[in-house]
Parts: sequence; C-alpha cells; structure tokens
Amino acid sequence: MDLEIQQRVKDLTEKYGAENVVVLLGGSEAEAAGLSAETVTAGDPTYAGPLAGVSLGLRVYHILEEEIKNECDQAVYDEQCGMMEMVLDVEAISNEVRSIREMYSQYKD
Amino acid sequence: MYPVIRGVSYILVHTPDMVLHNGTTQTLERETNPDSEYLKVIRNHLRSYDDAVSYPVNQTYIGNIDPEELANIERPWFNKKFKNANRYGKFGEIMPEDEFYGLMKVCDVFDLVKLEKSFNQELKIKFENNNYLKELSGRLGEGSEIDEINKLVENGVAEGLYLNDKLVGCVKRAHEFDTNLSSHVITENLAVKASGVLAALHIIEKANVKREEIDYIIECSEEACGDMNQRGGGNFAKAIGEIAGFKNATGCDVRGFCAGPAHALLYASTLIQSKVFKNVLVVAGGATAKLGMNGRDHVKKGMPIMEDVLGGFAILVSENDGINPVIRTDSVGKHSIGAGASPQAVIEAIVAAPLEKLNLKFTDVDKYAPEMQNPEVTEPAGAGDVPTQNYKMIAALAVKKGQLERSQINDFVKNHGYVGYAPTQGHVPSGVPILGFARDKMIKGEMNRVMLVGKGSLFLARMTNLFDGISYLIEKNSGTLEDKKEVVTKDEVKKMVAEALKDFASHLLDE
Repeated sequence: MDLEIQQRVKDLTEKYGAENVVVLLGGSEAEAAGLSAETVTAGDPTYAGPLAGVSLGLRVYHILEEEIKNECDQAVYDEQCGMMEMVLDVEAISNEVRSIREMYSQYKD
Repeated sequence: MYPVIRGVSYILVHTPDMVLHNGTTQTLERETNPDSEYLKVIRNHLRSYDDAVSYPVNQTYIGNIDPEELANIERPWFNKKFKNANRYGKFGEIMPEDEFYGLMKVCDVFDLVKLEKSFNQELKIKFENNNYLKELSGRLGEGSEIDEINKLVENGVAEGLYLNDKLVGCVKRAHEFDTNLSSHVITENLAVKASGVLAALHIIEKANVKREEIDYIIECSEEACGDMNQRGGGNFAKAIGEIAGFKNATGCDVRGFCAGPAHALLYASTLIQSKVFKNVLVVAGGATAKLGMNGRDHVKKGMPIMEDVLGGFAILVSENDGINPVIRTDSVGKHSIGAGASPQAVIEAIVAAPLEKLNLKFTDVDKYAPEMQNPEVTEPAGAGDVPTQNYKMIAALAVKKGQLERSQINDFVKNHGYVGYAPTQGHVPSGVPILGFARDKMIKGEMNRVMLVGKGSLFLARMTNLFDGISYLIEKNSGTLEDKKEVVTKDEVKKMVAEALKDFASHLLDE
C-alpha cells in the first residue's frame, strides 16, 4: 500500500476512532488486495510505511465482496462495478480479504 | 485526407549499473535503509547484456519476434533465450550501457558529461564502426583523467557513471543550488535525450526519410527539463532534433503521463491533415527513474531485475501516400472531465464511443492496443497482467452492450489482443508498441484495423484525481489518394466544357 495512503488511513483512524472506520479496497488482484487488507489490520508487512508495526485492526472489505454489494443500490452497483465483476476473480479476491479480516480485524461483526 | 504512419522505430538500452545508481527504488532504499537485505543481494539479480538481448520479450519489442509467436512461448520467458536473438531488429536495437554513456556524452552540449580517457578511446572505435553512431564519433572528444572524475563524484558535484561497478565517467551538476539542474536531474534528462536521439537515428532508415524532410518534432516522454524558474520549460524535442540533424524542424514537448504518446500522435496527425506540415516526428526517450521500480518484488521471487532497460520510440506521421496505414482522426474517443472515473465509464468513453461513431462492432477491430506492459514485470509486484485486464474489460463491455456472449470473453481476449511486450517505462507501453507490427501487417494486407488506447494516471502529480484516456483507430490504407470532394473526372471536365460551349452558342444565337 502506497506510503502516503498508509499515513492517511493512520490519520483518519486517529481522528475518528478505529471503531468508526471501514476501509474499502478496489485492487484488481487478490494478492495485492490481501496486502492492503493486512496493512490496515496487522500492519505494513513490507515495513516500509507509517503503518509498519502499527496494528490498527480496522474493518476492511473489497468493493466486490457480497457484504458490500448488498449494501449498494443495485442499479448504481451494476453501472459502476458490473463490468469489473465480470473481469476480476471475485472469489479469489473475496477469500483473500475475508481471511485477512477474520485473522486480524479487531471487530468480528 | 487522413495522415499516415510512415515509419516506426523502437529502441531499448540495457543499463544494469543505472538500475543501481539512478532507479528511484534503489536510490530511495540507499537513503532510507542503507543496510537493507535488498541492497545486499541486488547485484546478483542483474542480467548480463547477452541475457537482456536474448530475452524473448525484448526481441519482440525491437521486431524480431511477432507478438503472436511470443504468446506461444511458454512462460516464464525470463529463463528462455531466443536462439536467433540479435542486437538489431527490424524496428531498432538494444544498445549496451557503455555505448549509451558515449551517446549521453555526444548529446551533452554544456560539457557536463566526463568520460575516462581510455574508456572514451574504446567508445570512439565502437562509434566509428557503428552505422548509426559514426557520424557522432567526433563529438566524443578526448576524455578526462580518472582522478578528476573521482574528485567530482566524491565532492558530490557529479553523479557517477559506472560499468560493472567501476567508475568510468560522471555527469556534473549544471548549477550549484538549483535542484532542477542537479547532477541527478541532468543525468536523468540526458538519458531521455540520448535514448530519444537513438530512436530518431533509427527512424531515418526505418521510415526512409531524409533528415531535412522532417518539419516538426513532438517529444512525449515523462521527464521535465528546465531550471528552478521553469521546471518543465522544455524542450527535449528540439534538443533531440539538433543532435539527429533535423535542420528544418522545430518542435515542443507534450506530456500526459502514460497517455502522452497517444496525445502526441493525435497532435501530429492533425498537423498533417490540416496541411500545416508534411512530416511530423513523435519521439520519446526512456526514464532512468523507473529502472528497477519493482526490483524488490522480482528479487523476493528469485527473478532477475526485469526493469533493466530504458525504452524509446519514434513514429513518423506524414501525408497520405496511399500505402501506409491511416490514422482515423474522425474516430477519436476521449475520457472527458465529466465522464466519471469507474473503469466502466472509462472503457465506455475510450473504446465504445469511437466504435459507435463509425458504426463498428467490438469485433470489427483486429487488435486493441491499450497499455502493453510486459506481464512478467507487473505480475510479481501484484499489479497483474495489465494488457489482459484491459482486453477483459473491453470484452466485458461488449457483453454489456449485447455484442458478445459472456462465455466468449476469453476467446475475445486471445483473438483481439496481444501479450504485453513493452518495458514498464511509463509512456512506452501506451498503445504505441503495436504500431510497428500493425503497420507491417496492414501494408501486407494481413490486418485491417487496430485501436490505439492511451491511458494515464494523472493523480500521480497530485494536481487532479482524474484519470485520462484517448483513443483512435489506425486502418489499412484504401489506396485512394484524393478526397472525393476535390476530384473532378475526365467525363465531368468534358461535360463542363460542353455546357460552356452550349451556353456560348446560345448567346450567339440570341444576338
């Protein structure tokens, strides 16, 4: 995850409290999405950014996960994400992000 | 009349030492984490010149392997050697690092590049025996003492130029305090200029053009040259043209991140179609900053550092000759400011809109050329196979438009796309790598139509969050030279003369 974005996530979490923050990912690859999810939960696995050694334990989802899709207006979702749903490996991305979330998020809801 | 693509050249420069000393991933690592494991092992992951030349992907870029053939070579490609590999290809060449330092020296008109005497002498001989470089050998000069070079580097006044870790030269700063004229920036900019010159020297032969015929030059890489009062003032275009000997040309630089070349080619086309100029050259040099950009991931996965080459290209756009492929300037698709940022909105604006304009179906385009990055570079870094993702998006939009079945997506990707074979040099993969092969195939009658799609991540400059895209079709030349409106046939002339005579006769009768 970009170092500057790590800083923004850290700042926003400090400002609003971890319980009020949900990180929504849009990465196109399962591995990259997983790394981003790990960064905002367990901490930066590359030890390069502001979240190195900082475990925020935030709630983190990918936009293509069922939980998020169900929260959206279906017409808007189809217009904005319908095409990418066909293109990306939704199952692999969802599994990867879910496993990281279940492992490291401090909120199990 | 539509303008044509009269010729294309593609060049690579193998620069392993510049990966270590000039690539930002490495320079940043040295600054922030000098004892890192990555820096300790990186040298073991650098490829030799021969390995870089025989790498099938590099051979494809310079024209020695057709992209269809590359797709048939089983991956990984980095451990395969193309047995007929050659420094030179039908579109250009892969230059070694030592000669490139020489090229930087001959491109330097402010006495900023110093090369060690004996090294300089070796280069002189190489230049004199090289068809493209011999005209420049006189500009190499006599070289400098190594003690002087050592001193300049040690004092932080110059950036070192190394070969296998040995100091062979340096690039001095051009100002004591101006960070835009620091030795680092001057090195970066002279590398752009020199690789742009190499592409320009090749286009003369590839497009069969006389140097004096070139009227205008547009440079479209991603670097900025200027001083502290005008950081991106320019002008690489004219600087490149000067060394390449394009005496009748002027020009300027066009920037648009990875979409820069697609914009530049469109500008060149409009300058030709409007008859302002007859021959416009679009040229771009390579980016030292991006050398080894994803090196950490390549090393972690036990691979060689894949980003060890600078890339460049030149495209000559000229008046319609009835032979070369035409640029359909009436098919332009653009991602406008209000178009929306979702991938769907982007593909709709830059792929669907131009097709609808010309009443074409998605399958009427033989090949789409979006960003053509080599997947072997991007996949280990978690960015996936970029061209394939683009083809899938285009196919998915075709499904949404009812022009394709969902089950046909994979076939569409295979039939209407090429595997990526461009170095990840920002602007270089932006659709233009297809032009060499497409031009050849269209002239031979083996291909009818490609769509060039330039896309750019403008948000990297932190000035806007917008994305950018511009696209158009390139088509086989119909062979008809005149515009219909301007054509008057023999029969029409006879009819006009007859009518005039009839009119004249009727006047005589009236009198």
